Amino acid sequence: MSTLSSRNGGMTSNGQTAVNDFNIHVATVNGSGSQTSNMVLLRSIFQMGIPVCGKNLFPSNIQGLPTWFTIRVNKNGYIARREKNDILVAMNPETAQEDVRKQEPGTIVIYDEPLNLNQLRDDLIFYPVPFDTLVKPVCPEAKLRKLVRNMIYDGALARLLGIDMAEVEKALKQQFKKKAKAVQLNFEAAKAGYQFAGENLPKQDLFRVERMNETQGKIIIDGNSAAAMGSMFAGVTVFTWYPITPSSSLGEALIEYTKRYRIDPQTKQATFAIVQAEDELAAIGMAIGAGWAGARAMTATSGPGISLMAEFVGLAYYAEIPVVIFDIQRVGPSTGLPTRTMQGDILFAATLSHGDTKHPMLLPCSVEECFIMAGEAFDLAEEFQTPVFVMSDLDLGMNYWMSDPFKYPDKPLNRGKVLSAADLERAGKFARYKDIDGDGIPYRTLPGTKHSLAPYFTRGSGHNERAGYSERPEDYKNNVDRLTRKFDTARQRVPGPVIDEKPQAEIGLIGYGTSHWAIEEARDRLRDEHGMPTSYLRLRAYPFNGEVRDFIHKHRRVFVVEQNRDAQMHSLLKLDFGAAEIEKLRSVCYYDGLPITPASIVRGILSDEKAAPGARPVEAVAKVLFA
Amino acid sequence: MSTEVATAPATKAVKVNRIGLEITTYRGKKTTLCAGCGHNAITERIIDAFYEMGVDPYQVAKFSGIGCSSKSPAYFLESAHGFNAVHGRMPAVATGALMANRHLVGIGVSGDGDTASIGIGQFVHMMRRNVPLIYIIEDNGCYGLTKGQFSATADVGSKLKTGVVNDLPAIDTCVLAIELGATFVARSFSGDKKQLLAILKAAISHRGSAMIDVISPCVTFNDHDGSTKSYSYVKDHEEFLGDVSFVPFFEDITIEYEPGTTKEVTMHDGSRLLLSKLPEDYDPSNPIHALRLLTESKHRGELVTGIFYVNAESKDFIQLLNQVDEPLNTLPIERVRPGPQALEELMEELK
Repeated sequence: MSTLSSRNGGMTSNGQTAVNDFNIHVATVNGSGSQTSNMVLLRSIFQMGIPVCGKNLFPSNIQGLPTWFTIRVNKNGYIARREKNDILVAMNPETAQEDVRKQEPGTIVIYDEPLNLNQLRDDLIFYPVPFDTLVKPVCPEAKLRKLVRNMIYDGALARLLGIDMAEVEKALKQQFKKKAKAVQLNFEAAKAGYQFAGENLPKQDLFRVERMNETQGKIIIDGNSAAAMGSMFAGVTVFTWYPITPSSSLGEALIEYTKRYRIDPQTKQATFAIVQAEDELAAIGMAIGAGWAGARAMTATSGPGISLMAEFVGLAYYAEIPVVIFDIQRVGPSTGLPTRTMQGDILFAATLSHGDTKHPMLLPCSVEECFIMAGEAFDLAEEFQTPVFVMSDLDLGMNYWMSDPFKYPDKPLNRGKVLSAADLERAGKFARYKDIDGDGIPYRTLPGTKHSLAPYFTRGSGHNERAGYSERPEDYKNNVDRLTRKFDTARQRVPGPVIDEKPQAEIGLIGYGTSHWAIEEARDRLRDEHGMPTSYLRLRAYPFNGEVRDFIHKHRRVFVVEQNRDAQMHSLLKLDFGAAEIEKLRSVCYYDGLPITPASIVRGILSDEKAAPGARPVEAVAKVLFA
Repeated sequence: MSTEVATAPATKAVKVNRIGLEITTYRGKKTTLCAGCGHNAITERIIDAFYEMGVDPYQVAKFSGIGCSSKSPAYFLESAHGFNAVHGRMPAVATGALMANRHLVGIGVSGDGDTASIGIGQFVHMMRRNVPLIYIIEDNGCYGLTKGQFSATADVGSKLKTGVVNDLPAIDTCVLAIELGATFVARSFSGDKKQLLAILKAAISHRGSAMIDVISPCVTFNDHDGSTKSYSYVKDHEEFLGDVSFVPFFEDITIEYEPGTTKEVTMHDGSRLLLSKLPEDYDPSNPIHALRLLTESKHRGELVTGIFYVNAESKDFIQLLNQVDEPLNTLPIERVRPGPQALEELMEELK
C-alpha cells in the first residue's frame, strides 16, 4: 500500500501538488440519485472559491447501468478532462472491480465496504464505508434510501478533503430549491458520512481543498441551458424540436425560461411558439416555414437529426430562408454512442444537402459562447437569409462549466433585408433574388405584406431573379454564383478567430469548440515541460477569413486539433486553401467518445515532431479526407 | 340575389366582389398541366371560392409539396405569397408559417402521392394538431410527373395503362383524417363545379384543418378502362351525401328546407353550412356516422362525395399554443427580449 512516507512533502508521487489539484471519479448506477450528490459535491468545492468542472460519462439508459461523474478540481483553472484519476468513489458493484483495476498506483478508493475491493490491489489507498449501515438510521423510509445513500460519500469526502459542511448544506439548498425536507434528509446522510470518516478513516493521503477566491461571482451552468437562455434573449419566437440526446435539455430549458419570461403579463399569452414535432423532418420544416414567414425560428438536434434534416436545409439554402440549427454533436455514425461526445458533424453540416451547398457554422467553446452565439446565429441567419448552424457538442451541452455571468445583449436585433409595404411603395419594384447591393444578399418580403409588389413564389426548384420558375442555364448559374458571393460576404461577418501568437513559436495550433480547454493546458505543458512555445488560433466560425491563412503562413507547422477520426475541420481548411498552406497542416485527432485530454494533444504533437520534421507520421496523424 | 341590369351601359361595369376586387386578382399564372387535367378545374374553383368569399389575397399564404398537384398554387392567387416545399412535407412548412403569423389564411395543395405515400407522417400529425389550413388533396391515384406509377390511394384491382394491377389496399385519407381528429373532412370530384365550390367556401370559413380529398383524374396516365380514378368511373360510381349549400356570413339569404333531412352548421366566421337530403339520422358532427358511411359505401363499390364531418367548435393549433393576438413575426424587441433584470435573476440562481 502506498503511504504518506512514500510521498514527497506536499506533492503526490507524480509531482502533482495535492492541494486544490486533483480529480474525483464517481462510479454509480444511473437512476440512483447520484446526480444530486455529484452536483452537491461539485458546487461545494466551487463555493469554496476553487475552480472546478464536472463531466458526466453516462450510458444511453434510464436506470440500472453504470455511470461515471468526473470532477476536476484545479487551482490554475484547468478544466479539461484528465486521463488519470486521483480519487475513485466506487459505488457500482457491477463495475467496481474493473474500476479499481484500471486505476494508477496511489489512487484513493472510497468504496462500499461489502464489496471488499481492498482485496484486489495493494498499491491503492482504500477507504471502506458501510453505506447501508449508515443510511438506515438517517433515512427510516426504506424506499428513499437508495436515493439518499449516495450523499454519504459527499460527507466522507468532505471530511477527507476538508470541504466545509456548511457549503454542502448550501449546495443542497440550491439543488432542491424550496424542498426543505429533501435538503434536511440529504444533509443528514452527508453528516453521517462525515462523522463516520472522522471516527473511522484516518487520513492516508495528501489531497485536500483550501479556500481560494477564484470563483467569486461566477456561475455554473451547462451549455444547453446557456444556449436556451441566449436564444430567449435573442428573441426566438418559434422553436420546433424532436427529442434526441444530447440536445433535448436545450428544448426543455427553453420551455422553462420562456414560460418564466416570455408570457405577456397582461394577457397571459405567449410571445413564442414551441412545438415538439413528430420527427426531425417536421421540426426543421416548421422552423423553415416560420423563418419564411418572418419569425426568429430555430431547432435543436444531434447527428441523426442532422441527417434527416438534410433535404430541408438544402431547400432553405436555395430558397434563402433564415433558420438557426443547434447541433449538439454526439458520437456517430448511425446511432453511434448517443451519450458520448464528438466533433463529428463538422464536414457534414458545412455542406448539408445534395447539390452545391455551404452553410455558416458557429463554433462555441464555452457556455458563455453558447449564450452569445445563439444571438449571433439569429442575426446572421436573418441577415444572410440562410440556415446557420451552431455546432455545440455533448461535452459542452450537457456538462457543468464555470463561467463569468453572461452579459445582457445590448445590440438591437438584426432582422435583415425585409421590405415593408412602405418600402415597396417607395422602391416601385421588387425582385426577390436580385443582388441590389453587390453583397449577394437579396431583399425579401413576408407573407401578409399588404402591397401588390410583395408576393412571390418560394420554391426549391430553379428560379430566376424574380422568383419565377426557370430551367434556363444562365438563370441557374447567376443564382448559384450570387449564393457564393453571399457566402463570401459572410466570411467577414461571422465571428473571427481568436489568435494568441507567441513570438518564438514555430508551431501553431488550430482548434475549435470544446477542444479549446485541452489545447490551452497542452500548450502550457508543451512550453513548461518540453520547451516548445506554440501559437494558437481558435476558430469561432465557418466560413474562414484571411486571418486563418496568415496564421498558417507564419508558422513552420500547424496542428489542427479536433475530436473526430477523419480530421474534418482540417479537411474543410484544405478546401479553402492552396498547396502552400496545406503542406503545413497536420492533425491531432481524438475520438474515443470521451472529451479530449491535454495529454493526448501533447503526445500527438511531440510524436509528430520527433518522427520526422516535415514528414507525416503514421500513428498520431489521422487520415485526411480529400488528401 | 338582385340582378338589376344597368340602365346606362355606356361603360360596362366591372364586376367586383364584396371587397371591391376583380376576379383577375384571384387568378395566377397560366397552367402548365395537361389539357383536361382535373387539377385545372380545382384551380378554377379555388379562384371562385376566394373571390366569392372576398378574402384579400395578401392575407393568404399558399403551400404545396412536390408533384403535378403541387404546381397548381402557381395558377391561382398570384397576388398571394406561395411556398412550394419538399415532397410530402408541406404540412410542416405550413404549420411553421401559420405559427409565425396567425393572421394568415393558409391553403395547401397536395397530391395523393405527396400526402398518402411520402407525406403520410406529416399529414397524420397535421390533422392531429388541427392546424388552421385548407388542405386539398388532388387525388388521381398515380404519380403523373414520373409517368404514372401507382400511389397509395390507388384502389385494389385498379389497372395501369401498361396492364400492371394494383394489389395493395388504398389508404382512404378521409377515414384516416376522421380517425385522427380532423375537424372538417370532405370528398369531392374535380368535375363537380357546384359541390366543390360550396365545400371550398365552407373550408375557408372553417377554423382548423379543412381536409378535402378531390378525385381529379389524370388524363394522361390514369383515365383509361380499369382505372378507378377516371372520369367515367367516377361518373358511374359517384353517390352524393346529400346536397351541400353554403351561405356566407355577409349574405342574408333564407333557404327553405325540409326538416329532418337537413343539418345546419354555423361556421367559425358566422357563415352557415347547410347539408340537405342526408340519409336519415346522419349527423355530420358525429365521426362514427362518417366512418360507417365511408366503410359501408366502399364495400358497396360506391364513391361517396360530400362533407362527411364538421366540428366547428374545436380549438385549432394556434389557439392551443396560447399565442398573443399579434403575429409573432413582427413583435417588437421589447416584447421578445426580456429586460436586464431577468438575466440578473437567472445569473443569481446559478452562482
